[in-house]
Amino acid sequence: MEAICAFDKLIPGRGAAALLKDGTQVAVFRLADGGLFALSNRDPFSGACVMSRGIVGDRGGEPTVASPLLKQVFSLKTGRCLDDESVALEVFAVEVVDGEVRVGATADVKASA
Amino acid sequence: MSNKRLVVVGDGMVGRRFLEAIVERDPSWQVTVLAEEPRPAYDRVRLSAFFDGVSADELSLASELPGVDVRLGEPALAVDLEARTVTTGQGAYEYDKLVLATGSVPFVPPVEGAGLDGVFVYRTLEDLESIKERAAGRSHGVVIGGGLLGLEAANALRLLGLETQIVEFAPWLMARQLDEAGGGVLKQHIEKLDIDVACSTGATKILEADGRLLMETNQDGVAFETDLIIFAAGVRPADALAREAGLEVGERGGVIVDTACQTSHPDVFAIGEVAAMEGICYGLVAPGYSMAEIVADRLAGGEATFPGADLSTKLKLLGVDVAQFGAMDGPLATTYLDPVEGVYAKLVLSDDAQTLLGGMLVGNAEPYPLLRASVGSKVPAQLADLLSSGEVEGALPDGAQVCSCNAVTKGEIMGAIHDGCHDVGEIKGCTKAGTSCGSCVPMLKQLLAEGGVEVSKSICEHFSQSRAELFDIVKVTGITTFSELIGRYGSGLGCDLCKPAVASILASLSNGHILDGEQATLQDTNDHFLANMQRNGTYSVVPRIPGGEITPDKLIVIGEVARDFGLYTKITGGQRIDMFGARVEDLPKIWRRLVDAGFESGHAYGKALRTVKSCVGTDWCRYGVQDSVKMAIDLELRYRGLRSPHKLKSAVSGCARECAEARGKDFGVIATEDGWNLYVGGNGGFTPRHADLLVSDVDSETLVRTIDRFLMFYISTADRLQRTSKWVEALDGGIDYLREVIVDDKLGICAELDALMTKHVENYADEWKGVLDDPEKLQRFVSFVNAPETPDPSIEFETVRGQQFPAGSTERSHIQPVLLGTPERK
Ligand code: SRM
Ligand SMILES: Cc1cc2nc3c(=O)[nH]c(=O)nc-3n(C[C@H](O)[C@H](O)[C@H](O)COP(=O)(O)OP(=O)(O)OC[C@H]3O[C@@H](n4cnc5c(N)ncnc54)[C@H](O)[C@@H]3O)c2cc1C
Ligand code: SF4
Ligand code: FES
Repeated sequence: MEAICAFDKLIPGRGAAALLKDGTQVAVFRLADGGLFALSNRDPFSGACVMSRGIVGDRGGEPTVASPLLKQVFSLKTGRCLDDESVALEVFAVEVVDGEVRVGATADVKASA
Repeated sequence: MSNKRLVVVGDGMVGRRFLEAIVERDPSWQVTVLAEEPRPAYDRVRLSAFFDGVSADELSLASELPGVDVRLGEPALAVDLEARTVTTGQGAYEYDKLVLATGSVPFVPPVEGAGLDGVFVYRTLEDLESIKERAAGRSHGVVIGGGLLGLEAANALRLLGLETQIVEFAPWLMARQLDEAGGGVLKQHIEKLDIDVACSTGATKILEADGRLLMETNQDGVAFETDLIIFAAGVRPADALAREAGLEVGERGGVIVDTACQTSHPDVFAIGEVAAMEGICYGLVAPGYSMAEIVADRLAGGEATFPGADLSTKLKLLGVDVAQFGAMDGPLATTYLDPVEGVYAKLVLSDDAQTLLGGMLVGNAEPYPLLRASVGSKVPAQLADLLSSGEVEGALPDGAQVCSCNAVTKGEIMGAIHDGCHDVGEIKGCTKAGTSCGSCVPMLKQLLAEGGVEVSKSICEHFSQSRAELFDIVKVTGITTFSELIGRYGSGLGCDLCKPAVASILASLSNGHILDGEQATLQDTNDHFLANMQRNGTYSVVPRIPGGEITPDKLIVIGEVARDFGLYTKITGGQRIDMFGARVEDLPKIWRRLVDAGFESGHAYGKALRTVKSCVGTDWCRYGVQDSVKMAIDLELRYRGLRSPHKLKSAVSGCARECAEARGKDFGVIATEDGWNLYVGGNGGFTPRHADLLVSDVDSETLVRTIDRFLMFYISTADRLQRTSKWVEALDGGIDYLREVIVDDKLGICAELDALMTKHVENYADEWKGVLDDPEKLQRFVSFVNAPETPDPSIEFETVRGQQFPAGSTERSHIQPVLLGTPERK
């Protein structure tokens, strides 16, 4: 797990991108209720690393983020694309320790594609 | 039987409908069309719209018809029934079958002087062009004839700015459609429009008098000094060709045909106004269309016969409601007269008062579509309601003809709705109902509702309200945050539909910087970074260049900034410059330099005012009649930063040549000798639409005030992502209603609209300057929270034609185009 920033630095209802040591880009989302999610920052439809800049919301109660480019909606929990079952974003583990946000790869939470 | 030769004489409305029908039903015919007019068929029914600014192109009915050879400007001169040939000035054409669709010619009574310069008829586009030319710079016109056509012509003269006089031989107006009481009420309405009416009066002689005309009448001492005269005294079938060929013609003219449209010679058919169907020539397009379909069906081997004609009419001009349907008189008639409001209604019933036979409406024609469709059936609602209020809901039998132009019954429409048509556009597509005169469209809406199609207006799953309702809620409650709004009026967390929509509403109502506090989280990524995201995650930068006018020094600054940050530059279609490929962390540095040089945000990223294009106008152009550049700059500065349901575009042209393409804009301004014409609801894009004339010849102050109200009324009531073009189209009552609301203040809301715009103008501040002055907002312009200095390593560029492009652009050019949005289904 890598520390990326103070939890307070994240804006509720918006995402932020982090660059991990191995070059992976992760999009971290803080919800208004304090919920925290981390997904791959790479939009599978366009190939651009922009997922952190999408709009956060929910679909039928499932927390989501919409790609800022072509607006496909992804589940924040599973990474699955709700508009195209064959596509999913990699999900990362995320936690807050002493007010610091930490993320890391989680083989076991990975969405099945 | 291959290569059957078909010759059609006349490319008018009915001829064209026939061509479309025959091509569809039996494409094996080899068709030649001989057409007298220099241009292909156009919508004669809407001819008068030419004076409302609708162009000849827009009226055109021309379509690509495979296998059809249309010979424009080549009238048929003679027909040889024995040899089966038609002769023109250019040669002879052999036929196996001949269709005559020569229409009518205007009737000009034998009045001395009717051939003088300045005397016109009203039938073709050329007639209208000559009338317009003659009217320029003159002051008075007379129309001879007070029927449907005469009233249209009178309105045309009024639109051309002439004082207008109608002269009618009969004792009241529209004598063929109205009784005396109805004609009297109509006269009141016409006179209110400043058109003078003289009934029981006939022209006897026209004289030339010092470049003007003097028209004497049958009334002692009554003569009119005028600049132009239009004869609108009726039409006569254009049957000369048939007569000379030896075909049988009717007593009062017209080529005699049977119910299969066959003339006295079995190889020759006649359709439209030239045909005398069982002795009667119909001067309306709907019976002509039926005849066109019949002959196409027959030539394809069918057995169709004429179903009878519906002669209902509705005056479509002048803003005066007049309609007549079915019988004008009968066993039992009931009337209603309100002389104060100027409303007259008469319903004709069977003697048991059960069946509606016909009637007429003056002053309020709202029940017309329902009544017309009910002719021959049970009276569709309480008589008292039908006669007085106009607010009627009634049930129609399935067999009732809802669209008489295209002979579509209620049953067929309900069937189409059942099979999945969900809006008026789809019904038009499947059944053709509503595609001609449009008077049945309100009925189509009612039938949709009857068919259980509820058009949901809610913006998404989180709010059941429409955008307009949310706008009102925010305005009335003064709520300033999304969380409060969704907490009180919605559910869930929101989404990419409702969040930007609410952000836009909050911004329209001038609630501070769009990136303040929680508002920042609602914005689309483009608004969030005040720049448009491109497909590789970089952004574009578009500084405002009001009216497209820019100093050399500012041009140099743009060049330097683009060079220093390696940006691709392009002149946009909106008369300004776009710089592409900016990395998110460079945006503040780029804008620092632009703002220091006096630039502001161009809002290319927002649903907001984009550009007000201009032409050079009086500054340089030899034709310009007003200062179009200054007006464009003033308008762009006034409305810059105004957030709206969709983007807003505008343009100002210095004269009618229209180099700024104002009529393709949400609001477009065209200079006139006396001021400005304002057009609204134009659109390029997916569904191009020419803007409608809202007000004409107004001074600058009135112009700006009218635009203020137009924009604020749009912003208050439109749906999410509804451009002004769709909004104007969807307004019940269309452009006339819009004019009543924002010019005549029918709803009493103009003061409020004015106040909203004043608040916008007073509160405007440049968004980019707001970001540069705020360290907290600046912090967001980074690629990574944990590495603010590091640019996104996945972004790469390559150089093409001396500029930088996203890497892979050249290979990618063969892949599918990026979807910009989904065209709205209609
Ligand atoms: C840059 C420009 C093309 C150019 O190289 O010339 C352009 C570029 C884009 N247009 Fe456009 N349009 C540009 C002029 C036009 C015009 C011509 C005009 O304004 O005179 C039209 C037709 C006129 C009209 O809007 O009625 C036009 C009709 C559209 C449409 C279709 C709108 C519609 O009502 O159907 C879209 C899609 C949308 O808005 O949903 C669109 C969307 C876009 C977007 C925003 C697509 C996107 O979301 O990425 C493009 C991004 C520009 C950027 O990143 O900066 N653009 N676009 C032009 C910028 C003008 C400016 O200075 O602001
Ligand atoms: C101002 C105006 C408003 C109207 N409003 C309405 C309305 O609201 N509702 C309605 O139902 N109807 C309306 N009408 C009537 C409607 O336009 C006609 O009923 C319709 O156009 C008839 O179609 P048509 O093809 O028979 O004749 P036209 O459209 O007149 O076409 C006949 C064509 O044949 C050509 N032609 C004639 N002789 C020859 C020849 N020898 N060789 C080659 N070509 C020839 C003519 O030049 C013409 O182009 C209106 C008409 C006018 C003028
Ligand atoms: S619209 Fe008229 S004034 Fe403007 S540039 Fe064109 S011709 Fe000149
Ligand atoms: S009645 Fe004219 S279009 Fe339907």
